[in-house]
Parts: sequence; structure tokens; C-alpha cells
Amino acid sequence: MIRPMNFPGEIPLLEVKNCSLRFGGISALTDVSLRINEGELVGLIGPNGAGKTSLFNILTGVYRPTEGAILFEGQPTAGMPPHRINTLGMARTFQNIRLFGSLDVRMNVRTSFIARLRNGLVDTVRRGRSFRREEGEIQEEGSRLLAYFGLEQAASHSSRSLPYGDQRRLEIVRALATKPRLLLLDEPAAGMNPTEKEELKSLITRIRTEFGTAVLLVEHDMKVVMGICERLYVLDQGKVLASGTPAEIRANPKVIAAYLGESHGKNHEKSHEKSRREEVP
Amino acid sequence: MKNPRVALAGGLAVAVILQSCSGWIDPYTTQVILFAAINVILAVSLNLVMGETGQFSLCHAAFMAVGAYTSALLTGKALPFLLPHCSWTGTSVASQLWFLPVLIAAGVVAAIAGLIVGGPSLRLRGDYLAMVTLGFGEIIRVLLQNTDAVGGSRGMEGILPATNLFWAVGAAALTLYTMISLVRSTYGRGFQAVRDDEVAAAAMGIDTTRFKVTAFVIGAFFAGVAGALYAHAVEFISPEGFNFLRSFEIIVMVILGGLGRPVGVAIAAVLITLLNEWLRDLSQYRMVVYALIIILFMILRPTERLAHYIRGLMTGLRFRIFRA
Repeated sequence: MIRPMNFPGEIPLLEVKNCSLRFGGISALTDVSLRINEGELVGLIGPNGAGKTSLFNILTGVYRPTEGAILFEGQPTAGMPPHRINTLGMARTFQNIRLFGSLDVRMNVRTSFIARLRNGLVDTVRRGRSFRREEGEIQEEGSRLLAYFGLEQAASHSSRSLPYGDQRRLEIVRALATKPRLLLLDEPAAGMNPTEKEELKSLITRIRTEFGTAVLLVEHDMKVVMGICERLYVLDQGKVLASGTPAEIRANPKVIAAYLGESHGKNHEKSHEKSRREEVP
Repeated sequence: MKNPRVALAGGLAVAVILQSCSGWIDPYTTQVILFAAINVILAVSLNLVMGETGQFSLCHAAFMAVGAYTSALLTGKALPFLLPHCSWTGTSVASQLWFLPVLIAAGVVAAIAGLIVGGPSLRLRGDYLAMVTLGFGEIIRVLLQNTDAVGGSRGMEGILPATNLFWAVGAAALTLYTMISLVRSTYGRGFQAVRDDEVAAAAMGIDTTRFKVTAFVIGAFFAGVAGALYAHAVEFISPEGFNFLRSFEIIVMVILGGLGRPVGVAIAAVLITLLNEWLRDLSQYRMVVYALIIILFMILRPTERLAHYIRGLMTGLRFRIFRA
């Protein structure tokens, strides 16, 4: 299939065109445009309240943008319900972990296959051959994914009983099991210790290279973002402040001003770290 | 019970055996067994809505009423008109097979009622859904009370005594099978995912509204079947028999059985049926003792232990069968 190409060799997977999101008089996002190419690892950074989670929520269908268009593989997705957007090939994780608490680890991954089941309700109750074959396939693929991410030991454990880092990892596995073309990670390093952060970095790079999935990473931790992302977008007060390679962003005076304050005070960043609490509805 | 089919075959076998022994079972015991089976259907079907999908529904008795009145109208008015020369009260299984389409029709009409209520209201969450279902239950009751064609508040009497041990116990076994096999599958995990976290379920591609409506409609279907069985067991129905308190009784069974545990819920339904019978002699002190025993149930949780015990028994049994 031939797609219109904006840049040679780069196929746009996701395009956000002039999106705005307003709640009454408050503008969460103003005229935001960005694009993610096939297989690209893009970071999204910005101080607290910059609109990162709002942007996430319009991408995944939690909110409908007040203005503008979102194109995923050329298809407009603004206004689609979240489950439809997921089946198009966009999967996400949550800033505050949202696993299915009463299901064990294996079952958490299994829920990702529900939207693509060939057997419906009646086949499930009848338990025919095609049903059993499909259940077998799902079980096998689930186990393979869990083994790949080193969670096979915990497969039958309750998802609540996992250590924090493993819960984050399980959320990523669950999102990957929906076979996305684009994976949206909402602050995956939040609350992780330095070792877990290093593991996370290698995990994200591995996902990219071995699953061919494009990744949009929202993150506060500069080390993580600068270390692995190819391109960055900086949001500030609901607007795209800058975009470019990590090196360009690091040198951009506007970004430094927005992020660290005009005086470049280091303690500013610390206060961000402490008050980092944004909720998804 | 890895394969719920084993349980289904067992349940149907029990239904056939009970029916063939019905001559030796005294009428009172028969009636208690019928009530127990009907309550199992009601509780296990409500469990899908409340226990598995986490939607608080207060109108299960209303769906039961829809099924009961549908079946009573069918056997009382429609069937004699359509097939005037048939005898409806044979004793052989073959001469009673006409009851099966009646049961299914009662279930289907109740399921349609479930779709009408659930479709719009399941977009609501938590408390709002409870209010809507409470309202719907009352609407059905008041409608029946004011419709002269179905006897108004006097109800309908002289309904054919078509429910026997085979139909009641068989339907209970089939309900339990359907629920267990539905829930223990990749598809069925969708209900639990919706209960645990709706936002995350939607983000994993699960159409949450669809799952909720599906649970509601299936629950309503089986409640309708239970209503038909009930109408043809007691031979008399009135709108008051399907009021809010009846819904509440079913909710108590589901909670005592452990939300989301079909076998436990079935056991709780049987226990509460028996409890109702044992407490009949206490007349006005009945509800006091009833409440006390329910509290004791909550603390001691005997149904969960019983369910666990039965599960162990079944796996042991299967093991022995396969070894032999």
C-alpha cells in the first residue's frame, strides 16, 4: 500500500492536527500538533499541568478534542470510544496502575484477546472444538509473552501481589498483547527505583526493536526520556513548546526556562517530582 | 470441575432420577426441591450481573414476573386456543415436552425486557443503575396490578401444574452449566475485567457497555425461565409476589454465596430456601431469627467452605473415574 509521505522514508502512524481541548473556560490543550512515524520512539515531556495526560486522553478516546483532528494510519479517531481506538492498534498503560485486581497475572493478559475473539458467546457456552482450539492458542501466546518479559514465574499469582516494578511490566505486557502498532506509555518510570528504571529502559527499547511497535512515552524522569527517545515533544501550558532530538531539546533555552524556571533553579524540579499526581478519570 | 460438561451431565442425571422417583417423594419435599431449584436459577443468573460484572441490579424479581406472566398467559390462554384437543397433564416425559417452548418463550420475553431496561441504563454507573432498576421493578409490578387482562392485583390462578422435578432441577443444572462455562473462558473474563476496572477494560479493547448489557440480558433470560417454573409450580401468581423484597432475597443469596462464585451462590440459594422452610413454625419471630442467621452466615461463611469441599469432591471423583 502506498501512503502519502511527508518526509522521504518516514511514514506517519499518528498525526495530531491542531487539537484543542477546553473544559468550560479552561484550556487544557491549545492548537497541539504532533506526529509519530512508524516504529518511532517519541518522548513527551513537560512540567506538571502542561497537558500531557490530557493529550493522552484525547489520543485514547477518553476525551474528545474540542477542535482539531487525530489521524491514526490516516483514519480519523477523534470521538471514537476507547475500545474502538484500541482495536485500531493503539494500546496504552496508565499512570496509576490499573490492573484487574481479582484476576491472576495470566488472566490479566488474556483479557487483551477478548476484542479479537473469533468465537462468540454461544460458542463459548457450547465449548466446541473451535472454541477449545482458540483458547489453547490464546493460552500459548499469553504464556509466550509472559515468558518473554520474565513474568512466567508469577503467572498464577494474583496481580495485586506482584512487586511494583512487575505490576508496571505486566501492564505493558497486557497492552502489547492487543498487538498495537503504537504503544502509549503514561509515566512508566513513576515510583520506580534506579535499577527498575534501567530495566524499564532496556524493556522499552526491546519492545521497539522486536515488536516493531512505535512508542509514545510520557515521562518525568529526564534520564529515561533523554536516554532512549529519538525525538521529543515538549508541552508547556497546553502548547507544544519545542520538538526535536534530545540534544536539541536539552540546548533549547525556552525548554530550560519552562522546565527549570527562569532562574534555572534545581529545587524547582524537585518540587515537581513531589507533587506529581495527575488522575485519569 | 475443569470441564463444566461433567457437572451438566451430572445435574441432568439427577433431574431424571428425581423425576422417576417422584412417586416416592412426598408433595411437601417436592415443593421444597422445586423452590430450591428455582432459587438456584435466580441467584446464579443474578450472580452474572452482580457478582461477575459488578452491576447492582434491584429488579431481578421483575424479570421473574415477566417470565411468570408470559408463561401463564401462554399455557392458560394461547395454548388451549391453538391446540384445543391436547391433554396438558400427562405423566410421561414425552407428553410434557410442550413445556420447553413455553419456558424458552418466557425467558426470551424477559430477556427483551432486560434489553429495554439495560440498553440505556447500563451507561450509568453504580448508584444510578441501582435507582433505575429499582424503578423498573416497581413499574412492572404496578403495570401488572393495573392490567385487568392478567387479573390485576388479584393475580392469575389455576395455572397448569406443569413444573416437575425434571424441569426445575434440569433447568437449574443448565443455568449453572451456562454460567460456569461462560465465566471460565477468555470471553467470560471480560465480565470480570469490566467489574474490576472499566477504564482499563475499555483501553484493552473491551466494549464495556456491550458486556454489561449482555450480562443483564442473559441474567434476565434465566430469571424469566425461573419465573415460568415458579408460576407452574405454585399455580397462582400475583404482582405482590414479585416485589422489591423478592429481588432483595435473591441479592442476599448472591452475596452470601460469595459474589462471583457460581457454585457458592447455588449452595447459598439452597440453604436460604431450606432456612425459609425451617423458620415457618416461628411465625412472627421468623424475620428476627432469619436476620440473625444471615449475620452468622456472613461471619462464618459456610457456603464458601461447602463450595470448596464440593469442588474437592468433584475432582477426586473424576480422578477415580479416569483411573478406573
